[in-house]
Amino acid sequence: MNMHRFANPGRFVRLAERILPWTGGLAVLALGIGLYLSLFVSPADYQQGESVRIMYVHVPAAWMALFVYTVIAAASASALIWRHPLADLVARASAPVGAGFTFLALATGSLWGKPMWGTWWVWDARLTSVLVLFFLYLGHMALSNAFDDQSRGNRAAAVLALVGFINVPIIKFSVDWWSTLHQPASVVRLDGPSIHPSMLWPLLIMALGFKLYYVSLLLLRVKGEVMAARLRARSMAALDAT
Amino acid sequence: MTRKRRRLYMVLAAMSILAGAAALVLGALQSELTYFYSPTDLAAGSAPAGRSIRLGGLVEEGSVERLDDGVTTSFRVTDLTSSVPVTYRGLLPDLFREGQGVVTEGSLSADGAFVAREVLAKHDENYMPREVTDALKKSGQWRDPTEATE
Repeated sequence: MNMHRFANPGRFVRLAERILPWTGGLAVLALGIGLYLSLFVSPADYQQGESVRIMYVHVPAAWMALFVYTVIAAASASALIWRHPLADLVARASAPVGAGFTFLALATGSLWGKPMWGTWWVWDARLTSVLVLFFLYLGHMALSNAFDDQSRGNRAAAVLALVGFINVPIIKFSVDWWSTLHQPASVVRLDGPSIHPSMLWPLLIMALGFKLYYVSLLLLRVKGEVMAARLRARSMAALDAT
Repeated sequence: MTRKRRRLYMVLAAMSILAGAAALVLGALQSELTYFYSPTDLAAGSAPAGRSIRLGGLVEEGSVERLDDGVTTSFRVTDLTSSVPVTYRGLLPDLFREGQGVVTEGSLSADGAFVAREVLAKHDENYMPREVTDALKKSGQWRDPTEATE
């Protein structure tokens, strides 16, 4: 496997330290420009008025909720099948970040739903499946730390992540398969976006900012996990020596 | 490498069995997962009678009437094939207007009218600035998104 070139944790940490300032800086830049464009420059919607601006946070957060879970599932498969040493760390490092994005999507969606739909929450297929995703994230975090032997916890959490991955296509297509209160997709659809370019661009820049923020956080947190593993190994060695 | 191969096949097999099981469960729950019924469903009698259901569709143009008591609104919900008369007592959401999508919760009364206890506005997937819709309307290019059929 070619990927094992990056399996050496020491090499990964050095690489992460080199990339981190770039992704971090670009994330701040993209989020700054994106927020300015979406809050001040982009126009109000013809139906929703100014409330449409919640979209610029809600939609990227929801995309990231799905994206981070997909990363966790891929890392879990890689950990279970190829025993890639960094894969477990990537999954562990991603879960709380993904849970945060999911919470943000649920919270902003609720704030948006009250003025537009007339309700904070409904149990339609889209909203319910995203809530299930949030619980999957929490379950993953709890399970990966549930054993004294961390590798056992990681393996149990990896199985949970793969089983829960079934939910990702369900979330994506729930609005097409069933009649939901939530509207169908506006950007990722076969016949092109049904959103005006003056609103699409701020949205895409915000999405880029969210993604760069995740990459930065991931590098930082995996680095932290590598350091923690080293500390554990060192204290074990010290115990053995006595 | 053979052990890795075997683990790969095991994960793939488990995932496909799981996907199949999920598809079967969701297929079986199809009617339960549907958040609302259309007026055509009601006309065809495929919606369960007597219990609380949701009815979704567009508010028919020119059908919204405020009754004399000041809190009751009556309107017709249509899916462009058939329509159902609805009465509702209470506050309507901001997006409620003629030609817009709504989901109402309530039950059918004996005379075939739908008595709603809750009205939610459903908005569509189209986002554009007001100036653009004005310009489109002026040039005659405007195509009401709520009338678009799939």
